[in-house]
Amino acid sequence: MKLKKLTLAILTGTTLLAGTSVANAAEVEVLHYWTAGGEAKSVAELKKMMEAKGVAWKDFAVAGGAGENAMTALKARVIAGSAPTAALIKGPSIQEWGNEGVLANIDAAAAEGKWEASLPPMLTNIMKYKGHYVAAPVNVHRVNWLWVNPEVLKKSGAKVPTNFAEFFDAADKIKKAGYVAIAHGGQPWQDATVFESVALGIGGAEFYKKAIVQLDQATLTGPTMIKTFDTLAKIKTYIDKDAAGRDWNLATAMVINGKAGMQFMGDWAKGEFTAAGKQPGKDFLCVAAPGTEKSFTFNVDSLTMFAVKGADAQKAQLTLATAVMSPEFQEVFNLNKGSIPARSGVSRAKFDSCALKSMDDMDASSKAGSFVPSFAHGMAIDSAKAGAIQDVIAKFMNSNMTSQAAVQALAKAAKTK
Amino acid sequence: MSVTSPSETHIPAIQKKASAPGRMQAFADIWLPRLVLSPTVFASLLFVYGFIAFTAYLSFTDSRLMPNYELTGFGQYQALFELDRWWVSAANLGIFGGLFILFCLIVGLLLAVFLDQKIRMEGALRAIYLYPMALSFIVTGVAWKWILNPGLGLEKMVHEWGFPNFSMDWLVDSDMAIYTVVIAGLWQSSGFVMALFLAGLRGVDDAIIKAAMVDGASLPTIYRRIVIPALRPVFFSVLLVLSHIAIKSFDLVMALTAGGPGTSSDVPAIFMYQFSFTRGQLGLGAASAMMMLMTVLAVLVPLIYLESKEAKHGH
Repeated sequence: MKLKKLTLAILTGTTLLAGTSVANAAEVEVLHYWTAGGEAKSVAELKKMMEAKGVAWKDFAVAGGAGENAMTALKARVIAGSAPTAALIKGPSIQEWGNEGVLANIDAAAAEGKWEASLPPMLTNIMKYKGHYVAAPVNVHRVNWLWVNPEVLKKSGAKVPTNFAEFFDAADKIKKAGYVAIAHGGQPWQDATVFESVALGIGGAEFYKKAIVQLDQATLTGPTMIKTFDTLAKIKTYIDKDAAGRDWNLATAMVINGKAGMQFMGDWAKGEFTAAGKQPGKDFLCVAAPGTEKSFTFNVDSLTMFAVKGADAQKAQLTLATAVMSPEFQEVFNLNKGSIPARSGVSRAKFDSCALKSMDDMDASSKAGSFVPSFAHGMAIDSAKAGAIQDVIAKFMNSNMTSQAAVQALAKAAKTK
Repeated sequence: MSVTSPSETHIPAIQKKASAPGRMQAFADIWLPRLVLSPTVFASLLFVYGFIAFTAYLSFTDSRLMPNYELTGFGQYQALFELDRWWVSAANLGIFGGLFILFCLIVGLLLAVFLDQKIRMEGALRAIYLYPMALSFIVTGVAWKWILNPGLGLEKMVHEWGFPNFSMDWLVDSDMAIYTVVIAGLWQSSGFVMALFLAGLRGVDDAIIKAAMVDGASLPTIYRRIVIPALRPVFFSVLLVLSHIAIKSFDLVMALTAGGPGTSSDVPAIFMYQFSFTRGQLGLGAASAMMMLMTVLAVLVPLIYLESKEAKHGH
């Protein structure tokens, strides 16, 4: 008798717990790791927009580890059968989650908002799983930037480089003048960021796509890839020896403070410059990484939608997707975050010169077929392969591995299942 | 049980009369300890042994982002043994574990012997040496990262003192980075080892030492032949504690070198974390976790066996 009561109590308890995700219908729960400065402000904006539409916002922020901690939390929730409405997941990971069969179809919101017409085709492919929209893009980061301190270049008598010959010429002059030529942080993802910009600059967009996106074995071991590693080895000689383990923003600070001349980094570096009170075009320059003027490596954040129960919850989810893609949100979010809107038709008035250049280059490269996914930021290939390739690059950057050995290791890493 | 048993034997008459409460008492004595302990037992059965079994199971599956329960054999182990990075991290564990345990034993024992010389201010010195133990490995790691950074810490300071040729760049040198982890780990744990040895030293019978002195043995001989052999059980406990600190070390390496430069100071715990949780290779991560468990067992089982044999022998 007692046992029965106990079982009943436990059962009711569990149903109550499980029931919470269904109970509040007009509510969206969003898992994200936007907890720092400008990003947090952007999230507050989205919350306001949702509440204006009568949908409650339940914040599920898990900070730290560039989203690693958030993904661990997400897995636990999905296994427990109570997935949040949406989670910040990007690139090929969307397909990995799609394979688990837990994503929601948001074609209705896409059709209503005419997403097909307002997004570059490269992006719509990423947002779809088996032909159906499952995610809404929030922003586009450009990764192949070179950040330059014009003051240091002037003092060393160097010019802003547009290709690698000019780049090494400038680097020599900066080094001779007593500055650090290339500010860099020796962390695997930063090594990978430099690598992909170099590969794109040396081989062009077609080579990049064949080698890094399609992982074609012949291209990976070919002469262009060897030249890429040779260039990378040369870049290594212009980095100061204390770079190991340095965070990217400390490397950016070296450029800001005039200790270093140039840095390869995505457009999030701009936030560091503007926070230090520097003006784009005057105190710092944003130029495409050498030889990549006509190409664009993108890193796109997106809110991926998980299957939720109940008609109200599904409606709230579509409202969220529509709000995320609205020009108003895309404008205010990207002004805060330093990236550019993913969709077209957003007012350009408030964006700075670096962002405007990024927008123009995105349009041009999208038409020319040189709008390519960033491998270093998990946009090109799945995390297992990307991780294995990143290990090879990190090893190359931190040892005296030859370019020949590096391409062989790269080809082996590309076969990771 | 043991508390009531004398009363049962000594005064059976009372026990017979008050049979109902007495039986209750006996019942409670049998079941209460079990009842109180059972949550802990269940929790550790589930959360320790249950999850070990779960991890072992996963290591035989093709699990990617999420667990997949279809058994596929030893494929993950094969993939693991083909990975260069795994062997780098295993070798690093060997270097770090070996040196860390060895130096902790030497430094801890020496400190304990010195402190045992009935010196002044012993309490204060003991606290100073033991203090690093109060810090988390993260704090130790970050502090040593700053000290050993050539552009920030020791090297810069000595350069400014006027020795421009001084070089201490192990932290940014791929071949030497793992040794900086040994230094930081040693700094953190040797005080703890000292405390254990000191307790052991205090337990050595003074009479034996005095007898040896009367026989004309010198102090070093007394330590070498009498005191240190008497510390044998302490050595076992210290080895037991240090070896599992070494094998599971994650936070110290993460804070100090983050496995870098590149992956040169990677250890199995970091390898396991990255492959399981950031690269969507849960099966491979589980296989590496099982290899770590095997390492722990390979070290601990002989130790525990030897120690229990020693204990029986002693009795």
